[in-house]
Amino acid sequence: MSDLWYDLEPFLQQGTLGLVNGAFYAILSLGLAVIFGMLNVVNFAHGAQFMLGAFVAWMLLNWAGIGYWGALVLAPLIVGLIGVAIERTMIARLYKLDHLYGLLLTFGLALIIEGLVRNAFGSSGLPYRVPEAFRVPPVDLGYMLMPAYRFWIVVVSLIVCLGTWFAIEKTKLGSYLRAAVENPRLVQAFGINVPLMMTATYGAGVALAAFAGVLAAPVYSVNPAMGANFIIIVFAVVVIGGMGSILGSIVTGYILGVIEGFTRVYYPEASATVVFVIMAIVLLVRPTGLFGRA
Amino acid sequence: MPRSQAVAFALLACFVGAAPFFLFPVYVMKVLCFALYACAFNLLLGYAGLLSFGHAAYFGMGSYLSAHAAKVWGFTPELAILAGALTATGLGAAFGYLAIRRQGIYFAMITLALAQMVYFFCVQAPFTGGEDGIQAVPRGALFGLIDLVPDFTLYWVVAAVFLAGFLFLYRVVHSPFGQVLKAIRDNEPRAISLGYRSDDYKLLAFVLSAALAGVAGGTKAIVFQIATLTDVNWPMSGEAVLMTLLGGIGTMFGPVVGALIIVTLQAELAQFGAWVTVIQGVIFVVCVLAFRRGVIGELQRAIRRPL
Amino acid sequence: MTPLRHARAQAANTIRIGVLNDQSGLYRDLTGPGSTQAVRLAVQESGITTRGVNVEVAEADHQNKPDVGSTVVRQWLDRDGFDVIVDVPTSSVALAVNTLCRERNKVLLVSGAATSDLTGSACSPNTIHWTYDTWMLARGTGGAMVAAGGRTWFFITADYAFGHALERDVSNFVRAAGGEILGSVRTPFPGTTDFSSFLVQAQRSRAQVIGLANAGGDTINSIKQAAEFGITRRGQKLAGLLVFITDVHALGLQTAQGLVLTATFYWDLNDNTREFTRRLGRMPNDVRPSMVHAGCYSAVLHYLKAVEAMGVQAAKASGAAVVERMKAMETDDICFGKGTIRAGRPQDPSRLPVRGEVAAGIPLPVGLLQAPADHPGRSGLPAARRGRLPVGAHLTRVAEAAPAASALAPPREFRPFRQRSSRA
Repeated sequence: MSDLWYDLEPFLQQGTLGLVNGAFYAILSLGLAVIFGMLNVVNFAHGAQFMLGAFVAWMLLNWAGIGYWGALVLAPLIVGLIGVAIERTMIARLYKLDHLYGLLLTFGLALIIEGLVRNAFGSSGLPYRVPEAFRVPPVDLGYMLMPAYRFWIVVVSLIVCLGTWFAIEKTKLGSYLRAAVENPRLVQAFGINVPLMMTATYGAGVALAAFAGVLAAPVYSVNPAMGANFIIIVFAVVVIGGMGSILGSIVTGYILGVIEGFTRVYYPEASATVVFVIMAIVLLVRPTGLFGRA
Repeated sequence: MPRSQAVAFALLACFVGAAPFFLFPVYVMKVLCFALYACAFNLLLGYAGLLSFGHAAYFGMGSYLSAHAAKVWGFTPELAILAGALTATGLGAAFGYLAIRRQGIYFAMITLALAQMVYFFCVQAPFTGGEDGIQAVPRGALFGLIDLVPDFTLYWVVAAVFLAGFLFLYRVVHSPFGQVLKAIRDNEPRAISLGYRSDDYKLLAFVLSAALAGVAGGTKAIVFQIATLTDVNWPMSGEAVLMTLLGGIGTMFGPVVGALIIVTLQAELAQFGAWVTVIQGVIFVVCVLAFRRGVIGELQRAIRRPL
Repeated sequence: MTPLRHARAQAANTIRIGVLNDQSGLYRDLTGPGSTQAVRLAVQESGITTRGVNVEVAEADHQNKPDVGSTVVRQWLDRDGFDVIVDVPTSSVALAVNTLCRERNKVLLVSGAATSDLTGSACSPNTIHWTYDTWMLARGTGGAMVAAGGRTWFFITADYAFGHALERDVSNFVRAAGGEILGSVRTPFPGTTDFSSFLVQAQRSRAQVIGLANAGGDTINSIKQAAEFGITRRGQKLAGLLVFITDVHALGLQTAQGLVLTATFYWDLNDNTREFTRRLGRMPNDVRPSMVHAGCYSAVLHYLKAVEAMGVQAAKASGAAVVERMKAMETDDICFGKGTIRAGRPQDPSRLPVRGEVAAGIPLPVGLLQAPADHPGRSGLPAARRGRLPVGAHLTRVAEAAPAASALAPPREFRPFRQRSSRA
């Protein structure tokens, strides 16, 4: 019995930890999926905007004395507003074009944001501590010790993801939005301001990225490259879930986090590649992704 | 060849012939290697309408195999490059077979996924030397006769490889095969209904593109005497896209100009320190917003002749 | 860097120094423009320019791409007549430049790269590996930790050549000192942000010491998350096998507490290193000088002394001869003190580098292993002792250092070292 428990333990441990990573993948891929689904733009700047969220949190703390909780609200707002400006001035001109152009534009934006942050703050990163409320001894789960802050990550990510899903799939505003994707001219004719809605959607997607950034600041190194490490994996998550599928990206985010966790026990070297293996298999078997509509 | 293209080709040939007399040969060789790489990529994107986001795999494996063949197996440079090209061809055939079943963004993502697996292989496989790469690759002697150690001698070999690759691509694009490819790009269902097996055409285009990317990678390995993980990682795939976009997608000479611009930027911006990424980013943003057709694309539009 | 074939005419009496490093990426802070600043300071302090020799310093960004670095160096050496290349972080670029300098008989002074291949399989009579390498790091932290009671080890190793080399070297020292390796886990590089899975595996091994065979962002992430998981509080020690001062600043003092690391230079070690920091002036992004910066300064200063001793003409004619001359002369500078360049690795325990432990607000040099009587940790100059390698002239610098303390405090507010006992 104890042997079995000993064998089972790493499985449970890695599954739990994978869920935490999955929480980040879920929020980030959710933002990407919202932007892709509604605007048809592959937002390559998502990683940079995630990073910006963490840096804004640092700036708020060190320059304005606003702590973690304030940053959790303010940083997404600030970065979201930057997103709105970007959408108004640049992305709005690309809606009718091939995906490639949106991807390249946002790739350029990512380079600019990363370069500016590196110029201002250097490359090695900045310290950001776990908020006061969570500086308690790790919680004993029986099979492992889990820091309280990681629980918070999972809980808040679930709330945000389900909230976003609800807003888009179940509310009136969401139905306008989905209608605008299907037929913008018709929706416009009904007197709904479609460009404004597009702008707001991009802003919201970017704000989600920044929110994840604030959430990540206490646990990951806050440095200019922190988003670049994520972006490719998050892309894969969105593709596996089905491009533009809100629920798909959320569920896939968590699942991939857990699978990655298991890989880290049995074949750790491959844990960064396993996502791509799954993506290749899914695309070959189910080209529209797990939750995508044909 | 229409007159506009004949003139452009003459200019290109003149540039290639004259460049080493007033420009630094290694720099021009780098431009030529990347130009061939971008041209190979453009065959897929520009003429078959397939955006591959994994061309680093073919470029990088070509580079690794050529370096390994020249250093460990003692191949002469032309055989080493051939070994790299064959590897890239085989890889291209296998990956192309899987990838061409999907379209659009899914095609891009599946090529990316496969290329990341190649990257993983290169990190793990002992022969690549991991992070250090394959270093001190001998340039050797062409056909065992002509010593390629002097930059000036090697330059003519690289120039010959580039011009041969470029003319080959020109031939492919302007052959009946190329015409069918463009038809598939513009309207695939229609091409199929006319009786063309579009998958076969796409696969062949994919393999040719991968093979030439392998030649470019192999040549680069001989020029710089190194093969490293940079060659096979995804930013290298991105570079192919950027060069092609900058020069003009679907134009013959665009990728060459794009490669020239990117390589020059890398060299020129080296003195701007941390601003290098910002300047690059601004260039891409401006390019997408204002010069979507790329340098040659805009020129082509201005003179209303194909280039 | 205009890519023209022919350079402007050059004066025969000019020494050209090229600083090649990462100015725009991951290693910008610990190498980057700070290295150039250090080199310029060395040129100025050598006084060689007042004696009729022109010295030109150029810098370039290799963007961590070997082909970019290779193109720059070829232009510098083949066209512009540069005599010496300095710094070169990122092992793939350093090895490529190493070959180029050897073929052309120029000088390469490596400060930023870690790979011990530069003094091993890729050893060259034209290269001096000045500041640190994996072997030295391994010996410094590995050997000393075992002596301090950390008998059992578990490694979290970045899955690339550098990580593997570090793990292998440390394992050898640990075993030789009577320690035991309980296991290791390879983490994908690059692309790993979350290390908690690996840390939990390390925790499960019940090893006394968790060795972090990684660098930069990976190290920061693993230390940050180890603190979060309370690993150090529960008795396991973290051994950072390559931690720079910039990393400690990025972590913040509270998070970095209890971390053991090895460095060859620490800006706040004593009056001399503080004086060096003052002379260097304001650094880009307000970073403190790293051991790489100090190494660039020290290496170029010594290089110029050798050039002056043998004459500019002779120095320009043969890089290997300059390196020979540098080996024959004793080094002496404000950062590392007196020392020599020797071939062959240091086997003498007195040459061990010193590890430091990050403690609340006060950097402590602890566990100084068989320090020589004149070991200067508490006063005067740090003894720079260099090891050397079987062939050629390579230098592994060994000196005392402790990590950053007052990340936010200006240099002059620093309090001197205290003995460990005085903390309690």
